Amino acid sequence: MNAIRERLERFFRGVGEGAGLFLEALYWCKAAPRNLDKIVAHLLQFGNATLPIASLMALFIGGVLALQTGSRLADFGLEGNIGGIVGLSMVKELGPVMTSLLVAGRVGSAVAAEIGAMNVYEEIDALKTLDINPVRYLVMPRLLASVIAVPALCMYVNVIGLVGAAIVSAVNPQIGVSPRLFRLNFQEVVKFGDILDSLIKSVVFGTAVALACCHVGLRTTGGPEEIGRAVTRAVVLSFMLIFVLNYVITRSLM
Amino acid sequence: MTLWSRVLGSGGPRVEREGPGGENRATPGVRVEVQRLNKFFGAHHVLRDLDLTVDPGETFVIFGPSGCGKSVLLKHITGLLSPDSGRILVDGEDLGAGDGHRRFRLAMVFQSSALFNSLSVGENVGLWLKEHRICRQEEIARIVAEKLDLVGLAGKEATMPSELSGGMKKRVSIARALAVSPNLMLYDEPTAGLDPVLTEQIGHVIADLKRLKITSLVVTHDLNLGFAVADRLGMIHEGRLIETGTPAGIRATTNPVLKAFLSTQMKVLEGGA
Repeated sequence: MNAIRERLERFFRGVGEGAGLFLEALYWCKAAPRNLDKIVAHLLQFGNATLPIASLMALFIGGVLALQTGSRLADFGLEGNIGGIVGLSMVKELGPVMTSLLVAGRVGSAVAAEIGAMNVYEEIDALKTLDINPVRYLVMPRLLASVIAVPALCMYVNVIGLVGAAIVSAVNPQIGVSPRLFRLNFQEVVKFGDILDSLIKSVVFGTAVALACCHVGLRTTGGPEEIGRAVTRAVVLSFMLIFVLNYVITRSLM
Repeated sequence: MTLWSRVLGSGGPRVEREGPGGENRATPGVRVEVQRLNKFFGAHHVLRDLDLTVDPGETFVIFGPSGCGKSVLLKHITGLLSPDSGRILVDGEDLGAGDGHRRFRLAMVFQSSALFNSLSVGENVGLWLKEHRICRQEEIARIVAEKLDLVGLAGKEATMPSELSGGMKKRVSIARALAVSPNLMLYDEPTAGLDPVLTEQIGHVIADLKRLKITSLVVTHDLNLGFAVADRLGMIHEGRLIETGTPAGIRATTNPVLKAFLSTQMKVLEGGA
C-alpha cells in the first residue's frame, strides 16, 4: 500500500514539476531574441541528428503502407484510392508520431544525457552561482528549437513518406497506380485541416519531448551511472507522453 | 589607480561600497557572518549551530575531515542550499531575506572545476559577462585575456576544456570566477584530485590573488594549502566550527580534536613524502 502511495506521490510530483518547468520555460521565451544563436545551434543539431534517418524511415514507412494497403485495395479493384488512404495515415498519424519518436530517441536522449551530466558535474550549480537561470540558458532554447524543428521534420517526413508510397504504388505490378493518379486522389481526400492536425500534433509532441528530456536531465543526481539511467528514463517518458497525447489530441480534434 | 581597479575593475561597475557601520571601504571584500546555522539531510544533522565571521578582504580556510559539512556550508553561502535554521549575513544583508537580489558579487570555484564542456576556455571565462550583457564582445575578449593572464593561462582562449589538465581546468575556473569581479570568492576543495606539483601551482594562484583583497573562503582538507594561503583557519568537526585562529595559532592549539587531526594529517604527509 505504501509503495503504491509513494509511486502516486512521485507521479504527481513529477507532473507538477513538469508543469512548473513548462511555465518557467514559457516565461523565459521573452529572452528568445537574444538567445537566437543557441536556438539556431539546437535547430542544426536537430537537423543533423535526424534528417538522414528520418528520410530513410519515411521512405520505407510510406512504401510499406502502400504495399500493405495497395494489394488489399487491388483485390477489390479500389487501388485508385491508395493516395488518399496512405496520405491520411501518413499525415494524421504516422508522420507526427514517428517523427516525434525519432526525435525523442536521437535528440531527446542526447539532451537528457547532456543536462544530466551538467547536473552531476556541478555545471548547473556553476550556472546558478553565475546568476544565470538554468531554465533560460538550457531549457528555453531547446524547447523552442524542438517546437520549430519537430513540425518542420514532420512535414518533411510526410512528403518523403508519400514519395515512397507513390513509388511503390507505381512500380508494384499488383497495385500499378501512376504517381499522377496517386497525387490526384491524395489531393481529393486529404484536406488542409488534416495537415493542420499533423502540425498541431507535432508541436505538442515536440514540446512534450523537449520538456520531458530537460526535466529528467535537471533531476539527475549521483554519479555517471545515473546519467545512463536518466537517458533511458527520458526516452521512455517521451514515448509514453507521445502515445498518450496522441490519443488525447486525436480524440479532441475529431 | 588601485591594483583592484586596474586588475578587476574592468569586469563590471567599480566597487566602492559602504560598510555596515557606514564607513566607506575601498576594499572589494565583504564581511561574512554565519549565525547559528543548522542543516539536516533527513535524520543526519550536518551543520549544528555553526557560527563563523570572515572579515572583509580576509582569506579564511575551513578544514576538517570528509563529510563534516564544509562543502555544505559553502553551498549555503552561495544560496544553492537553504538552512533549516540560522542565517547568513553578507555586509549585514541577510541572504535568506528579500527578493534574492544580492548587493554583492559572489563567485565559486567548484571541486570538479565545473567548466562547460561545450564552450571554449574563453567562452567559459566570459560567460557571465556575455549572459548579463555587461559589455561588448571586444571588451569581453579583453577582460577574458586579462583574467587568463592572471592565472597563467594567457592565449588559451580557443582551447576546449577537454584538452586541459586538471590543474589548468582549476585555473580556468578561477579565471571565470574573477571575471565576475567578485566581492566574495569561494573555493571548494580547489586542489582535490591534483598531484603535488599542480596543488602547489593552484596554491600560488590563490595566494597571489590575496593582493586583490577579495574576501575568500577556502574549503580544503589539504592543510599544506590551508597554511600557505590563510589569514585565518577554522576547523569544522561534526558540523560545528570548533576552533579558529591564525596559522601560527592553529599550529599551537591545545584543542585535543584539532591536535589529533593535525597530527594525523602530518603523518599522512610524511608517509606520502
